[in-house]
Amino acid sequence: MHNLTLAEQKAQLEAKAFSSVELTQHYLERIERLDTDINSYITVTAAQALAQAEEADKARARGEGGVLNGIPIAHKDIFCTDGVKTTCGSRMLENFVPPYNAHVVDNYLRAGAVMLGKTNMDEFAMGSSNETSYYGRVHNPWAPNCVPGGSSGGSAAAVAARLAPAATATDTGGSIRQPASLCGVTGIKPTYGRVSRWGMIAFASSLDQGGVITLTAEDAALMMNVMAGFDHRDSTCIDHPVPDYSAGLNDSLEGLTVGIPEEYFGEGLNPETEKAVQAAIKEIEALGARTKAISLPHSSLAVPAYYVIAPAECSANLSRFDGVRYGYRCENPQDLEDLYKRSRGEGFGEEVKRRILVGTYALSAGYYDAYYRKAQQVRRLIKQDFDNAFNEVDIIAGPTATSPAFEFGAKGDDPVAMYLEDIYTIATNLAGLPGMSIPCGSVDNKPVGLQLIGKAFDEARLLNVAHRFQQVTDFHRQAPAEID
Amino acid sequence: MEWETVIGLEVHVQLATASKIFSGSSTAFGAEPNTQASAIDLAMPGTLPAANAEAFRFATMFGLAIDAEIGRTSVFERKNYFYPDLPKGYQTTQLEQPIVIGGHVDIAVNGETRRIRIHHAHLEEDAGKSLHEDFHGLSGIDLNRAGTPLIEIVSEPDLRNADEAVAFARRLHSIVTALGICDGNMSQGSMRFDVNISIRPKGEEKLGTRTETKNLNSFRFMERCIEQEIERQIEVLESGGSIVQETRLYDGDTHSARSMRSKEEANDYRYFPCPDLLPVILDDDYIDAVRQSLPELPEAKQARFQEQYGLSDYDAGLLSADAATAQFFEAAAAEAGDAKACANWVLGEIAARLNASDSSINEAPITANMLAGLIQRIQDNTISSKIAKTVFDAMWQGEGSADAIIEARGLKQVSDSGALEKIVDEVIAANPKQVENYRAAPEEKRGKMLGFFVGQSMKLSKGQANPQQLNQILKQKLEQ
Repeated sequence: MHNLTLAEQKAQLEAKAFSSVELTQHYLERIERLDTDINSYITVTAAQALAQAEEADKARARGEGGVLNGIPIAHKDIFCTDGVKTTCGSRMLENFVPPYNAHVVDNYLRAGAVMLGKTNMDEFAMGSSNETSYYGRVHNPWAPNCVPGGSSGGSAAAVAARLAPAATATDTGGSIRQPASLCGVTGIKPTYGRVSRWGMIAFASSLDQGGVITLTAEDAALMMNVMAGFDHRDSTCIDHPVPDYSAGLNDSLEGLTVGIPEEYFGEGLNPETEKAVQAAIKEIEALGARTKAISLPHSSLAVPAYYVIAPAECSANLSRFDGVRYGYRCENPQDLEDLYKRSRGEGFGEEVKRRILVGTYALSAGYYDAYYRKAQQVRRLIKQDFDNAFNEVDIIAGPTATSPAFEFGAKGDDPVAMYLEDIYTIATNLAGLPGMSIPCGSVDNKPVGLQLIGKAFDEARLLNVAHRFQQVTDFHRQAPAEID
Repeated sequence: MEWETVIGLEVHVQLATASKIFSGSSTAFGAEPNTQASAIDLAMPGTLPAANAEAFRFATMFGLAIDAEIGRTSVFERKNYFYPDLPKGYQTTQLEQPIVIGGHVDIAVNGETRRIRIHHAHLEEDAGKSLHEDFHGLSGIDLNRAGTPLIEIVSEPDLRNADEAVAFARRLHSIVTALGICDGNMSQGSMRFDVNISIRPKGEEKLGTRTETKNLNSFRFMERCIEQEIERQIEVLESGGSIVQETRLYDGDTHSARSMRSKEEANDYRYFPCPDLLPVILDDDYIDAVRQSLPELPEAKQARFQEQYGLSDYDAGLLSADAATAQFFEAAAAEAGDAKACANWVLGEIAARLNASDSSINEAPITANMLAGLIQRIQDNTISSKIAKTVFDAMWQGEGSADAIIEARGLKQVSDSGALEKIVDEVIAANPKQVENYRAAPEEKRGKMLGFFVGQSMKLSKGQANPQQLNQILKQKLEQ
C-alpha cells in the first residue's frame, strides 16, 4: 500500500480495495518500525489517527466524505493542531498544546484526511539540514549518514521513506524545495498569499508560505486543491480564485517557453547535479517545450538580502516567546530580566539565537538604512528580474540545490556555507513566486531535484509541467533501497 | 531671569470600537481579568492580526474634524520592546506613514484664541495592564486592554503654560466625545496624556532640553504636574544645573513625578513595517463618505446653542464642550421648555457635584428627564426655587423623581390663602412689638421691615409658602 501514490490510494479507497483504517494502520506500523532510525516524526498521533480513519470509513459507507476522505497525511510541526502538541522543532514549545488549528489543518480535516502525526523540522524553520531541531536530526532515507535538507526535512523524509503519502510543509527560503530535492520527492511552494498562514508559526512573515510534499505532481495537485484558498484571518492572504489543480495536469507542453537562467548554472553547482538537471530540461524539450536562455542579474544578491530581511522579521516574530504566557520558562527566575534572559537563552537553540541577533542588529538605530532598507530595495530588484524574465518565458527551470544531500556536520561550523544551500530557492521567496522541486536523477544514489519557478498564481502550470515530466520518467517512483 | 515654557502633548485616545484593533475581542471596560483576551491578544504562536475597519473610520473622523490631511497609504509598524503586558514583544503602531497628518485645534484662554498645531495622529494598539498589588511580591498581568485601538495625537510644541495645555486637552476631549469615537472616560483611562516640557530664557529661539511626563489621566493632574515641572526646571537651571532628558512618571496618589529612565537608558525600538499587515489605502470616496457622516462639532454646537437657546457665549461654550453634557442639556431643555433654567442647573448644581466626585455626566445619578421634571414643578409653582434645591439633593441621593420626592416629603408649596392667612396671623400674634414698630414706621422704611415677617412666616411654613402670596397677605394684614 505504501508504494501507491496518494491518487492511487484515493482510487483504491473509493473502490473499497482497502479501508482507511487498514491504510492508516499500515502507515502507523511502518512509522513504529522505521522511524526510530529516520526520526521524521516528532509526534505520532496513532489513537487519534485511527479514530479519524474509522470516521472516514463510516462516512464513506454513508456515501459521504471529503475529497481526501480517509487519506493519511502528516503535518509539519509548525502548523498548530488543536489539542496536539506543536513544537516548531524547539525546546521553547516542548509542551505547547495549541487550543486551535491552523487554517491548513482545518482544511484537511474538512476534506476527510487523517493526521498521522507532526513531522520534524529545523527549529522555527531556521536551517537547511534539519540539524537545528531540538528533537534530533532527521536521517535522509536515501543515505542515513546524510541530512534530509531543511527546514521541512521531516516532511520530505517521511514521504521519501513512505511513512506518509503526503505531508504539509512550509518554505521561507527553500524549506520545501531543498529537502524535496535532497529526499527525491515532489514539493511545491505556492505563490505568497495563496495559502493562509493562520496557525502556521511565523519565522519571516513576508516570506513564509505553506505548501506540500508528495511523491508526484498529481498528488501535489490533489493536496493543493484542499490547501489553497482565501482566509480573512490572514491579511496577506489573497482572495484569488482557486483553480482545480488536477484539471490541467495533462495539458500539452507544445508552445511552452522555459527560461534557463544562466546565473543558476555557474560556479558552485555540482557537475553531476548539473548533468541531471540538463538532462531533465532536454526531456521537457522533448515534450514540446522550447527553452530560452535568460538572465536574472541580481541573483547573487538574493542570499544576502534574505539574510537581512528574514532575521529582521524573525527577531520580532520570536519576541512573543518570553516565558510569560506559554512555552518554556526557566527555573526560579530572580526577576523580570532574568526570566527573559534565561527563558530565551535556554529555550532557543544556537541558530535561532544567531538569527535573532542578526535581525536585531539589522534593525538597530543607525543600521536600518544600510541593512533593512537596502535589503528591501534589493528585494524589489529581484522581483523586477523575474517580471522581466516572465515577459519572455512561461516558466523557469534550473537546479533546486547545488548538490545532493551532504553528510551530517559537513556545514556545521560555517553558517554561511549552510545559507548558500538555498542559493537557487531564496529569490523565489523574495519575489513571492511559486516554485517546485521534482526528482530528476541521482548522484551516488542520492536524489537530485529539478526546480521549476512560475508566475504568480501559476501553480497549475508548474504542476502540469511536472506531471508531464513524471509521465515519461520514473525518478519519482524510485524508493530508497534500504527502506522496505 | 524670565523664562518661557514650551509644552507639547502626546494624547492617547481609546477608540470606542466594539472590538479590538486586530482581533474580535470585546473592548468593554471592567471585565474580569483576561476574560477579553483571545489567542490573538495573547500572541499565541501562529495567530495573525486583521485590522478593524471601524478604527480607521474613527481615526479618519478625527483627522477631518481637526482639518488634517488623511494619509492615503497608512502603514503599521512594529515597535519592539519586551514587557510582560505587551504579549507580542512589540506594539503595532504607525511611524512613517500615519493616518492623520497635520491639522490644528483652536483654544480660548483668558478670552484670547490660539491655534495649536497637530503634528500627526497615528493608530496603534494599547498594551495590557500590569497589576503589582495583591500578588505577594509577584505581578499579575491583565490582557483585557491589550489590543484596544488608540489614536495617539501628537501636538507641535505650541503650548506655553499649564492653562493652555489644559485648554488644549479639554478641547481634544470635547472633539473626540462629540465625534463619538471615544467615551471620554478619563478615570477609566480612555484618554491619557504625556506632557513634554522644556523652558528657555524669554526671547531665546533654541529649545531647552525637555522632559516627558507620562501617565496623566486627569486635567487636574496635568495642570499640577506641568506647574511642578516648570518650577523644578527653573530651580535646576537657576542653581546652575542642567536639565537631563528623561522620561518621568506621574503618581496621582502622591501628586509628584519621578524619573523613570534617562535618554541613555531609552530603548532602541527597532521600528519596521509589520509584514503581517498590508498598507491600508484610503481613497477619496471613502474620505468623502466619512466627511458626510461627521456629527456637529463643539464649535458649531456652541454657536447654535447661543442662537437657538439664547445662551451666553460662555455658557454655550461650557455646555457644548462635552458631548454627553450637551446631549443632557438639550434633552432636558426639550422637555422642560426653559433652556436657560436647564443651563443653570447643568452648569451649577450638577457640574459642582460632578466636579467634586471627578465624574462625568454619564455617571450622574439623575437623568435629563428627571431634571426636566424638577424644573417643571418650579415653573408651575408647585415648589419654590428654594425647595427645589432640597428636592434636587434628594434626587441626587436616589430618592426618585421630583414628583415622588415632593409627594413623599410633603414639600408642595402652600398657595392656599386660608392656610397662609393662618400662618401670618400666628406670626403677627407672636410678635406684637415688631408689629407695632412696623405700623408706626413711615412707608419707605416698611419695605425692609417686612422681611422679618416673611422670614418668620417662611420658617413656620417650613419653607413651603408661596413667597409672592405670602408677601401680599402679610402686607394686607400688617396694614389693617
